[in-house]
Amino acid sequence: MGLFSFFKQEKKKNTANLAKERLQILIAHEHADKSKQTPDYLPKLRDEILTVIRKYVHVSEDDVNVKIENAEDYDVLELNITLPESK
Amino acid sequence: MSKVIVVTSGKGGVGKTTSSAAFASGLASQGHKTAVIDFDVGLRNLDLIMGVERRVVYDFVNVINGEATLKQALIKDKRVDNLYILPASQTRDKDALTKEGVESVIEELKKEGFEYIVCDSPAGIEKGAFMALYFADEAIVVTNPEVSSVRDSDRILGILQSRSKAAEEGRTVKEHLLITRYSPNRVEGGDMLSKDDIVEILSVPLIGVIPESESVLQASNSGNPVILDDESEAGKAYMDVVRRFLGEDVPLRFMQVTEEKKGFFSKLFG
Ligand SMILES: Nc1ncnc2c1ncn2[C@@H]1O[C@H](COP(=O)(O)OP(=O)(O)OP(=O)(O)O)[C@@H](O)[C@H]1O
Ligand SMILES: [Mg+2]
Repeated sequence: MGLFSFFKQEKKKNTANLAKERLQILIAHEHADKSKQTPDYLPKLRDEILTVIRKYVHVSEDDVNVKIENAEDYDVLELNITLPESK
Repeated sequence: MSKVIVVTSGKGGVGKTTSSAAFASGLASQGHKTAVIDFDVGLRNLDLIMGVERRVVYDFVNVINGEATLKQALIKDKRVDNLYILPASQTRDKDALTKEGVESVIEELKKEGFEYIVCDSPAGIEKGAFMALYFADEAIVVTNPEVSSVRDSDRILGILQSRSKAAEEGRTVKEHLLITRYSPNRVEGGDMLSKDDIVEILSVPLIGVIPESESVLQASNSGNPVILDDESEAGKAYMDVVRRFLGEDVPLRFMQVTEEKKGFFSKLFG
């Protein structure tokens, strides 16, 4: 490698490309995290559902499970209620 | 119809105040009645960049608190017709700006026939920055070609589209990307993110690129918005931004690598 190619080589060390790659990965992650955040109405929604269900059956606090699942481009509200064993 | 435009960035020191002063002066110079408001409560600086620091009697917070009328607090620029400056308060009270207070001032400006209301945001994502963007119809996001600035711009874009009044009402805030302190030579050399890289990462339409320029410091030294310096590249680039904002199709300038600044070796071998 001659003097000429040595300096050319030096010049090619491209930190801007590295910056771009790192930013693209980081921002994609940050956007994904944000969309995973549960909406702040969730606890209240859960309480109200619990109240309604208790009008009809006796369930304890832990028997009602409410969560949001993020799919590709839609969200699913998942509701899981464990009813007491009927005798 | 009046428009509220926030000049914001998340990151500090990237050129929001420089850009707000230039942009507002440019709009006014094109015949549009324009007010520029300094939202940086406690760290007033727009007055200095605009060269009106000795004419400040009342400020934004005085108006909100009813201690002065808007007319008393607005400073009419002596160089550019149609241009008015509302300085920030130097109070250290973080809660001096309230949504209701800011809204009443913006509403009054609209009633007074202001076509453009430019809001110079403070840095950060705290209350001051939030107040500056809350009522915005459009946003100029000022970004430097540097990783932390780009990341912070992305954060502030997220906040604009989720927490502004427009977002709450199901509208979108129109976004414009303004890249400042750009150095084509360093981009060419591979150690600075290019404008295309930044546009690709943030996916926001580009409204302009302001080169790194000594004339910006000279302008702030003398208290003249750099856009009034029509000899300087930065001044011309800001005027292009204003014209694009007003709907003209203006090509980007000052993107070429300058010969004299090319490195010794690339001159020899390149
Ligand atoms: N195009 C440019 N070329 C050279 N220097 C610049 C350029 N734009 C801004 N500057 C310099 O950068 C510094 C910060 O600018 P400015 O005060 O406008 O930033 P800011 O985003 O308002 O800061 P803050 O977040 O503190 O409010 C100033 O010293 C200014 O002169
Ligand atoms: Mg500032």
